[in-house]
Amino acid sequence: MSRIAARFAELKRAGRAAFIPFITAGDPNAETSFTILETLPSAGADLIELGVPFSDPMADGPAIQASSLRALNAGMNLPRVLELVRRFRKRDDTTPIVLMGYYNPIHAYGSDGFANDAAEAGVDGLITVDLPPEEDEVLRRPAMARGLDIIRLATPTSTDQRLAAILNGAGGFLYYVSIAGVTGTKSYAEADVRAAVARLKKHSRLPCAVGFGIKTPEQAYAVAEFADAVVVGSAIVDRIAEGGDAADFCKTLAESVHAARRTAVVDLDP
Amino acid sequence: MTALPPNSYRAGPDDRGHFGDYGGRFVAETLMPLVLDLERAYEKAKADPAFHAQLNGLLKHYVGRPSALYFAERLTAHLGGAKIYLKREDLNHTGAHKINNCLGQILLARRMGKTRIIAETGAGQHGVATATVAARFGLPCVVYMGAVDIERQKPNVFRMRLLGADVRSVTSGSRTLKDAMNEALRDWVANVEDTFYIIGSAAGPHPYPEMVRDFQCIIGNETRVQIREAEGRLPDLIVACVGGGSNAIGMFHAFLDDREVEIHGVEAAGQGAGTPRHAATLSAGTPGVLHGARSYLLQNRDGQVLEAHSISAGLDYPGVGPEHSWLKDQGRVKYFSATDGDALEAFQLLSRIEGIIPALEPAHALAHVMRLALRMARDQIVVVTLSGRGDKDVFTVADALGAEL
Repeated sequence: MSRIAARFAELKRAGRAAFIPFITAGDPNAETSFTILETLPSAGADLIELGVPFSDPMADGPAIQASSLRALNAGMNLPRVLELVRRFRKRDDTTPIVLMGYYNPIHAYGSDGFANDAAEAGVDGLITVDLPPEEDEVLRRPAMARGLDIIRLATPTSTDQRLAAILNGAGGFLYYVSIAGVTGTKSYAEADVRAAVARLKKHSRLPCAVGFGIKTPEQAYAVAEFADAVVVGSAIVDRIAEGGDAADFCKTLAESVHAARRTAVVDLDP
Repeated sequence: MTALPPNSYRAGPDDRGHFGDYGGRFVAETLMPLVLDLERAYEKAKADPAFHAQLNGLLKHYVGRPSALYFAERLTAHLGGAKIYLKREDLNHTGAHKINNCLGQILLARRMGKTRIIAETGAGQHGVATATVAARFGLPCVVYMGAVDIERQKPNVFRMRLLGADVRSVTSGSRTLKDAMNEALRDWVANVEDTFYIIGSAAGPHPYPEMVRDFQCIIGNETRVQIREAEGRLPDLIVACVGGGSNAIGMFHAFLDDREVEIHGVEAAGQGAGTPRHAATLSAGTPGVLHGARSYLLQNRDGQVLEAHSISAGLDYPGVGPEHSWLKDQGRVKYFSATDGDALEAFQLLSRIEGIIPALEPAHALAHVMRLALRMARDQIVVVTLSGRGDKDVFTVADALGAEL
């Protein structure tokens, strides 16, 4: 069983949602970023989303744009991201790590070699923002061969027809993008997200994570009542930018997620 | 429509928007339903005679088409070689070829019931053209423009504002065209219901490269007829400048299957294609994925996109339309480059000798022709796309030449 599947099975038995913090690898530099990464599991992270910095992050808002730039200026690149994961795995062999980023750095690395090296480093899944199902075969094939999950995004614009394309080949968990917009900007309408998660769960057995607009412990708590996982990115990245205590903030977020009463989960179907 | 010959160079893209290994739809999932919608709407419009009738009416009466094919007699005599014709897109309303595409796209936006227009712009020509058609059809319009470009293209910024557009300065990344395009894509993702994104180049996710090309093909289609009238035959050589490549593909496409016609695209070599400061994507780049398509790209070994440089804001882009990448690999079109200095020289020469101030973008194509014409026979024919006029560039050129205004 993959680390992702094992972790979600464990959470299901415990009856709680997963907290997934996002940080950009190498932000503000490789060493600080590794220290933050290393403390995330003890701060309550059930899975970790590690951002691969890119020069042109088209789906990201100002916070993650700035974090990518800090990381790139400090010399981060894809081989070094894998090195961070490799170091992390020496101490932690259970917390799943998902790389989130854009396709071009993988394209430049070579999809086959990347899938190989990422699996070997201890990466569990890939979210490639600008690689929709129609274009992802070139990465999906080698990734699946190496046991890496291709994690697909569903959005407020996903029609039923679209959902079929998204679910075909999806692995690990589904990532519901709670807003039509870039990361860390708009706020979502809770009722809409709740309905969207219910719809996803009707079509798929994969766990469903929600992210893109969740900033506070209160929001994290509310979403954890009906989603299988809550992703917080920009708000954590902002803390790192301010030189604040990211681990402490993650602890607060994790407590909220883990405290949520997961009542809605049992009768999601209307 | 006439059937294409076997092995035609004009058959692409395939139904997934690929030109060989290039093109495609590399966009965030939020945008996928939108680009699929756009593709369907465009296919329907393409098959609708009413759409073409409306577009052709506007191109004739609003833009002033057909644009002239002008025999540059003094330039020809000066260079002492092949006969040089200029396809005068600079005479179009708004002063460049960009309006051809903007009219097509805004008519499509209206058919789709969209009520808000966004665009990116480099030199400001596409921004002006978009602001123009938005004013013409009474739709609100936001134009994203890099802060660096806003500084060097002030006349066009003011023009856009006069036309009622909201020009937004983009301060992320290199603060030029690529960053303006990132910002426009972010706007589109956040305004999926009502917004139509008018992309100005034959780049971006499918169907844009095909659609923009189709709207710009009027350049080459007119040229075919005009050169036959003037010379009784097709030209020996066609030349156009390539940034994203919309004026070039618009000129080239009609001639791709005429093997006797040689075709050259000219990129901006900035301070030299061997230096780090250039925008010669096809000459010095490698394939990668940016802004929705796989194409040649200026990037480092890690796949990070590099900043382009050119004195011409319209060519200052590290990517290029996917069809050009394919045509390069096929060997059907040859791509060259001209430096800032070459372009400045051509800019001044055409101004003095023909009384035509060209935009800095086609000045690159002219610079290439200036090098070649001499080596060609006097009965050979060259057609150059004069994609825009140079009024917008007078401050930049004055600055480069050290002139006080």
